[in-house]
Amino acid sequence: MADPASFINWGLLALSPPGWGGVLLSGFVASIKIAVGGYAFGLALGIGGACGKLYGGPILRDLMECYTTIVRAVPELVLILLLYYAGTDALNHVLGLFGIGTVDIGGLAAGIFVIGIVQGAYSTEVLRGAIKAVPAGQIEAARAYGMSPFKVTTRITLPAMLPYAIPGLSNLWLIATKDTALLAVVGFSELTLMTRQAAGATKSYLLFFCAAGVLYLALTLVSDVFIRLIERRARRGFVEQS
Amino acid sequence: MTGKNAARQENQGNCFHAFNAGSLPRRGSYFMTEPAQAIAVTDLHKRFGPLEVLKGVSLTARQGDVIAIIGGSGSGKSTFLRCINMLELPTSGSVAIHGETISMKKDGRDGLQPSDRKQVERLRTQLGMVFQSFNLWQHMTILQNVIEAPVHVLGKSKAEAIETAEALLRRVGLFEKRDAYPAFLSGGQQQRAAIARALAIQPLVMLFDEPTSALDPELVGEVLAVIGDLAAEKRTMILVTHEMKFARNVANHIVFLADGVIEEQGPPEEIFDAPKSERLKKFISSIH
Repeated sequence: MADPASFINWGLLALSPPGWGGVLLSGFVASIKIAVGGYAFGLALGIGGACGKLYGGPILRDLMECYTTIVRAVPELVLILLLYYAGTDALNHVLGLFGIGTVDIGGLAAGIFVIGIVQGAYSTEVLRGAIKAVPAGQIEAARAYGMSPFKVTTRITLPAMLPYAIPGLSNLWLIATKDTALLAVVGFSELTLMTRQAAGATKSYLLFFCAAGVLYLALTLVSDVFIRLIERRARRGFVEQS
Repeated sequence: MTGKNAARQENQGNCFHAFNAGSLPRRGSYFMTEPAQAIAVTDLHKRFGPLEVLKGVSLTARQGDVIAIIGGSGSGKSTFLRCINMLELPTSGSVAIHGETISMKKDGRDGLQPSDRKQVERLRTQLGMVFQSFNLWQHMTILQNVIEAPVHVLGKSKAEAIETAEALLRRVGLFEKRDAYPAFLSGGQQQRAAIARALAIQPLVMLFDEPTSALDPELVGEVLAVIGDLAAEKRTMILVTHEMKFARNVANHIVFLADGVIEEQGPPEEIFDAPKSERLKKFISSIH
C-alpha cells in the first residue's frame, strides 16, 4: 500500500513553479478585484436605480423596471456571455461609427462591468425595500427643518436605510465573490479558470479544486467578520433584542 | 386671531416693532404698535380625495402669541398645523410667514404646490416643528440630531452649533444624554430632545403637533414643563393639543376647530368658562 502522504503531492501548491500556488493566488486576487469593483459599481447603480424607482418620473421608473426585470430574468451566465461578447462588439461598432477605431477592452474592466450590471439590478431592489422601511416621520422631520431633497437623501434617508439594507447587501457581496467564477467561460483568468488549468496540467483535480474551495471559504469568512462590524455600526441607534 | 378682519390684518402686516414681553395686554390691544405678524393663514382648504378636512380656516399669530388649537379627533387640527410648513399641501388658501407669502401654483389636479422650492425650504427654517412621534433621527446621537439642521441647513460652524446645542440640551435637562441614541431614551426624553432640535434652528415660531399624545401618562408632565417654560418667555408658538388644562394655562388664545372650520375662538377664560357654540359646550363637557 502506498504511503498516504504521497497520495497528495503538496509540492504542487508551492508558490513558484513547478508549484501552481502562485498561479492560483493571482487568480484569487483577480477574482477579488472583480468582486470588489463589480460590487461597488453595482451598488452605485443600485442607489441610482432605487432612487429612480422611488422618486423618478413615470419614464425613469419604467426604465428602471425594465432594467431590473430583464437582468433578473436572464440567467447570469447568459448575461455574462451576452454583455462580454455582444457588449464589446457593440461598443467597437459605435466607436467605429465615430471613426475612433476599435479598442481592446481588458478582461478586468469587462468583468467588473458585467458583474456590476447584474449586481445593480439586485441591489436596486434591496435598497428600494430598505429606503421604504425608513420611518416616514424621519424624512418628514428633515423636510420640516428646511433640508433640500438632496440633503434629505444623503443626510437622512441613505444612512437611515442602511440597517435594513445590510442583510440583503451582504448576501449580494457573497454572491458577487462567487459570480466571478462565471467569468471563466469568457476566458478571464480568475480563480476557477486558473484552478482548472492547474488541475488539468497536473491531473491533481481533487487537490486543486479543494484548494480553490478553501480560498473561496476564506474570503467568505473574512467577509463575515467585516459584515458583522459594518452591521453593528449601522445598527448603533437600535436597541438590540437578545 | 382671526383673518376675518382683513383691514386689521393688513395693518399688522407692515408693523415690525420689536415685541416687548412686558407690554400686555396684546390681544384686542389699544396699542398702536402691535407686535409683528409671525404667521398669517388665509382661507385654508384641504381635501383628501372626497374628504374635505379643512373648509376655509384663517388664523394670524403675532409675535409673542401662544395659540392652542383644540378640537375632537378628525377636526383637522394636525392637518392645519402641517399645512403651515407645507408638509401637507393645501388645496387652496395662502400661508404667510413673517409677512412673506409662500408662492403657490396649481398642481395640475385640483390642489396647490409651492412654485419655489427654495422659498419653502428657507421659510421652514423659521418654523420649529415638534411632532407627535418625536421623529428623531435614529442613526444620530441626541447632540447630532440637534446640530444637524444648524450645520447642514443653516450653514453654521460645527463648533458654534455644538455650543448652542449643549446649552439647549442643558435647558431641557438632557445634557448628560447628548451622546446617547434616541432609541435608548424614554419617550419624554426623546420629545424633550426633539424640542431642543426644533429650537436649535432659532425659529420665529414653534409648531407643536400633539407633543404629548404618544407619551405614557407619567411622562407628559416633563414635556409640558419644557413647553410651558418656552411659553413663559413669550416665544411665539402654535400648539395642537389634547391637554386642556395646559392649553388654558399657557395659551393666550384658544382656537376650537370642528369639522374643518373654526367654530369658536378667544381667550382661554371665555372658551373654557363661557363657551358660546353648542359644539364647544359639548366638547368642553366631554373632556371634564
